[in-house]
Amino acid sequence: MSAAGLSAVAIGGSAGAVQALSRILPGLPADYPLPVLVVVHVPPDRDNALVALFDAKCQVEVKEAEDKEPARPGVVYFAPSDYHLLVEADGTLSLSSDELVNLSRPSIDVLFESAADAYGPSLVAVMLTGANHDGAQGLRAAADAGGVAIVEDPASAYASAMPVAALRACSEAKTMNLDAIASYLSSLRTA
Amino acid sequence: MRDDLEDIEIQLLLEALYQRFHYDFRNYARASIKRRLTQARLQMGFPSISALQDGLLHQPEMLSRLLGYLTVQVSEMFRDPAYFRALREKVAPHLRTYPSLKVWVAGCSHGEELYSLAILFREEGLEERTIFYATDINPVALQAAEAGVYPLDRLRKFTENHQKSGGKSSLSDYYTADYGRAMFDKTLRSQVVFSDHSLVTDAVFGEMHLISCRNVLIYFDRALQDRAVGLFRDSLARKGFLGLGSKESLRFSKHATAFSEFVRDEKIYQRQDP
Repeated sequence: MSAAGLSAVAIGGSAGAVQALSRILPGLPADYPLPVLVVVHVPPDRDNALVALFDAKCQVEVKEAEDKEPARPGVVYFAPSDYHLLVEADGTLSLSSDELVNLSRPSIDVLFESAADAYGPSLVAVMLTGANHDGAQGLRAAADAGGVAIVEDPASAYASAMPVAALRACSEAKTMNLDAIASYLSSLRTA
Repeated sequence: MRDDLEDIEIQLLLEALYQRFHYDFRNYARASIKRRLTQARLQMGFPSISALQDGLLHQPEMLSRLLGYLTVQVSEMFRDPAYFRALREKVAPHLRTYPSLKVWVAGCSHGEELYSLAILFREEGLEERTIFYATDINPVALQAAEAGVYPLDRLRKFTENHQKSGGKSSLSDYYTADYGRAMFDKTLRSQVVFSDHSLVTDAVFGEMHLISCRNVLIYFDRALQDRAVGLFRDSLARKGFLGLGSKESLRFSKHATAFSEFVRDEKIYQRQDP
């Protein structure tokens, strides 16, 4: 599938998301044509172990998002623990230590809503497994801006609450199991 | 990339805020400003950002409430304990060589960082020779900082952080608990000057030995970050120290060469000779 017309992928998840991402991110080719922005709820300590974990498994570069860096294609950016990750209109990334949103920092809503503003119809937003409702409003915003909204099938998700909440807020989102999400995302290639 | 109506409204509101009240948020990172303005708009009951702007211009008493949304930062005392441990173990030995010290807490908000430093300086025997400057653009936040009163339920975290920072005393030595509040000892602010100061529009006001400005620069765009860091450079004494937030860095700054990394992991920089 061509990535033409697309600018970025944003992925959010909570409980079970590390395992889910382990089935998605390693399949992305080294020359992946889009930046991938990821928020996973992790405890607020300072060492983001996810970056090292996924960098070892992935063909694409994996790093912690830095304030005001441009989001480049072929790079996976994880939100640092205890900071929100946002996208600016010019495609650079911003961090914020604003208050928790949905009891979370980083919050998936914060990423999705700012990415929807920045990328509009060229955003692919993917809601994975999780046990709360963070990300539901953000997925709504992504769909409202014309982006592609995808939700992990609650029937097979490790924790169904987040996918269910996302589908309730955004009923037109495509429901896919993990394998389908992985193959869809990795199929997005330069035209 | 997209220029929707609300983005135009935000641009216009920030312009109005500047022209009418001289608060300049025009070069703040826009994504966070948009979130905060949206929150302000909803909670203040306006149907659009334009309506909020209309209210602001015609009911100036709204300014203080809006500033609360745009500026106030939630922080903790001794947030990132390793930063304070590095100040204690690596920076304090240098500061001890000066007979008098000036410390600037830029963007002090409700004062959590200021009291953390005042306690650390007392523990390290540096307080008496130090003048602290605590600055913010929000007068309500400055009043709160000057009051030094925090909800008691936050003290457990503050205490834990203080211990992890290598605290040499008990945090409870510095406050009295009363009606669910912790009131910090007023002698901690006997050496403090509280002042209105903007990193966006104001200038150098003294020669500092340490500037602590954490999780403020992330709210600025690149150009404004450069302005603020230039101001810090010009405000620091020779070999003075600059402490930033754990996810802030001078790596991409226009002024990077004016500083060296003093404690790299804790984002503590030292001013180099010009």
